[in-house]
Amino acid sequence: MLKITDLHASASDKEILKGISLTVNAGEVHAIMGPNGSGKSTLAQIIAGHPGYEVTSGTIEYDGKDLLDMEAEERAQAGVFLAFQYPVEIPGVTNAYFLRAAFNELRKARGEEEVDPMEFLDIMEEKLKLVEMDATMMQRSVNAGFSGGEKKRNEILQMAVLAPKLAVLDETDSGLDIDALRIVAGGVNALKRPDNATIVVTHYQRLLNYIVPDFVHVLAGGRIIRSGGKELAHELEAKGYDWLLEPVSV
Amino acid sequence: MSSSIESLVNKEYAYGFVTDIESDTIPRGLTEETVRLISAKKNEPEWLLAWRLKAFRRWQTMTEPHWPNVTYTSIDYQAQTYYSAPKSVKPLQSLDDVDPELLKTYAKLGISLTEQKRLTGVAVDAIFDSVSVGTTMKTELAAVGVIFCSFGEAVQSHPELIQKYLGSIVPYSDNFFAALNSAVFSDGSFVYIPKGVKCPLELSTYFRINAADTGQFERTLIVADEGASVSYLEGCTAPKRATNQLHAAVVEIVALDNSSVKYSTVQNWYAGDKDGVGGIFNFVTKRGKAQTNAKISWTQVETGSAITWKYPSVILQGDNAVGEFYSVAVVNNKQQADTGTKMIHIGRNTRSTIISKGISAGQGQNSYRGQVKILPKAEGARNYTQCDSMLIGNACGAHTFPYIEVANNTATIEHEASTSKIGEDQIFYCKSRGLNAEHAISLIVAGFCKEVFKELPMEFALEAQQLLGISLEGSVG
Repeated sequence: MLKITDLHASASDKEILKGISLTVNAGEVHAIMGPNGSGKSTLAQIIAGHPGYEVTSGTIEYDGKDLLDMEAEERAQAGVFLAFQYPVEIPGVTNAYFLRAAFNELRKARGEEEVDPMEFLDIMEEKLKLVEMDATMMQRSVNAGFSGGEKKRNEILQMAVLAPKLAVLDETDSGLDIDALRIVAGGVNALKRPDNATIVVTHYQRLLNYIVPDFVHVLAGGRIIRSGGKELAHELEAKGYDWLLEPVSV
Repeated sequence: MSSSIESLVNKEYAYGFVTDIESDTIPRGLTEETVRLISAKKNEPEWLLAWRLKAFRRWQTMTEPHWPNVTYTSIDYQAQTYYSAPKSVKPLQSLDDVDPELLKTYAKLGISLTEQKRLTGVAVDAIFDSVSVGTTMKTELAAVGVIFCSFGEAVQSHPELIQKYLGSIVPYSDNFFAALNSAVFSDGSFVYIPKGVKCPLELSTYFRINAADTGQFERTLIVADEGASVSYLEGCTAPKRATNQLHAAVVEIVALDNSSVKYSTVQNWYAGDKDGVGGIFNFVTKRGKAQTNAKISWTQVETGSAITWKYPSVILQGDNAVGEFYSVAVVNNKQQADTGTKMIHIGRNTRSTIISKGISAGQGQNSYRGQVKILPKAEGARNYTQCDSMLIGNACGAHTFPYIEVANNTATIEHEASTSKIGEDQIFYCKSRGLNAEHAISLIVAGFCKEVFKELPMEFALEAQQLLGISLEGSVG
């Protein structure tokens, strides 16, 4: 589904990713771990099409298409979703309006009819339960005045509504208490299907107790320095990152 | 900011075309002769000429105000033309007589003057340069006693009403531009709603400047008699020209006891190009006086003009009178706006609400200037002001100048202000959910302006939202 080959990227002329290669197939959950500043979030944002980074070499192939050649909205329309580490506030625009606009853009891109507000309400009802959110949340402005936990749940709600093929969760666990973590992870697990894939970017192993990865990759200094199964995450939890860093430190 | 937004190109001003029509245009310059000539062309009664001349003499003693937070090379009033009318316009018997070229012009602007295709529920008066070219739905309005016609026509057919109310709210001596307008105004709209009548249609005036180097000086007078109510909308466009054109209008609203007037403006005069060449200088005086239990509500969406200088105001004369001002002002490229309101509380328990949303993009400069004045007898008066600014990009400016004067200690005044910035992050967030950048900007801006848009008549709320999307394209950089 996703094939990243020797990806180099920089921001403000500073190289952040220094040759990332990663293949994600349908049905898989990949965890990307690593110390702060290793380039994890950069990778997540580049997959989603953030304009603040320059890809200097390498390729990203998604569903047979050149992902880097697509605008951020085209990627979303093709099924790529990024759950933001810091969800953005849009005052005055209700969650319901925003989500329906997004939902309809994706439907239009697939050549499907747009849904009206009443139909959309029905769709929402079930999705709200998934993240244990009250329907009144839909009438509040997008993320404005939301608590940290509400913002993250709202991201998963959007993911549930937009039903992506490839979901990238960028530090979705940061700032969550244990109950919110359980709700968020439960939502992600419920959305798992054989034809979609998830990339979980996280600093801590904690989230991976709830969302069990098939593969774990350790990113440091802009490179993947180790890949393994879920046991790698436990090893990191026990030993920290240092034992991996030393051989490649420059 | 990043190139993804910068690369959005400015959409062309869609109304910048010129209508090729033969005009009766008087020579440039402004003297007493000019005033007499305009009055003669309009076949006006002696008292109106006398009023114009008083205004002209007063104007000659006045100086152009320079306190607004705008800069421009001073206007050469002798280089302007003060009257231009399409030759074909004669006193019209019916709309069938309107020059087809003019009908085409309005059709291009999305205004249909042919009775068959008229907007449902809206009567339109179309002003082209200095004269009205036609008013629709007159029969329907006459049936309930509503008078809606061009100002020039009203002078002929209802001189007693004009003589009674002209200058009663904005005297000719009020300010420099009001004095100029009083001397040379050429046409405009007149509305009279009789006692107890709720006007069955939205009334709308559409102003179009066509001729080059010609000023438009229209005058609108709305009288709502006791217990009457009306909703009125004004729209404006002009061709793209490299020279600045002057627009100095006056609007007066008379709201007698228990009446209600809602006045909405969607101002989209040509704003000049991205380097600030050309565009309309929009110097407008708008004021209403609300008597006992009367309500005047101004809603404005200001997206056009190189310079906007405009403070729609309410004198809350009678007890329990209500004044409202809802404003969205957008500046992009090199546009400058200094706009706001004045709420003068005279009567007891008078209430006013001010919601101002300023959006600045490009190198635009946007100033809110508002006065809330509570006079000694305004027992229990209340004002709520909310003044929000949104900045798009790093080269624009937002400024707020509130003036609050309270002379009665039972008054309650609230003032809230905020400034926010539309960011690359907000746009990327929307894009990552499948919305393109244009959709994202219009969504973010619409959210910001929501409180004002909901005050616009239904038919125009959508238009305003689209207009905003257009004037902001290419502005995030």
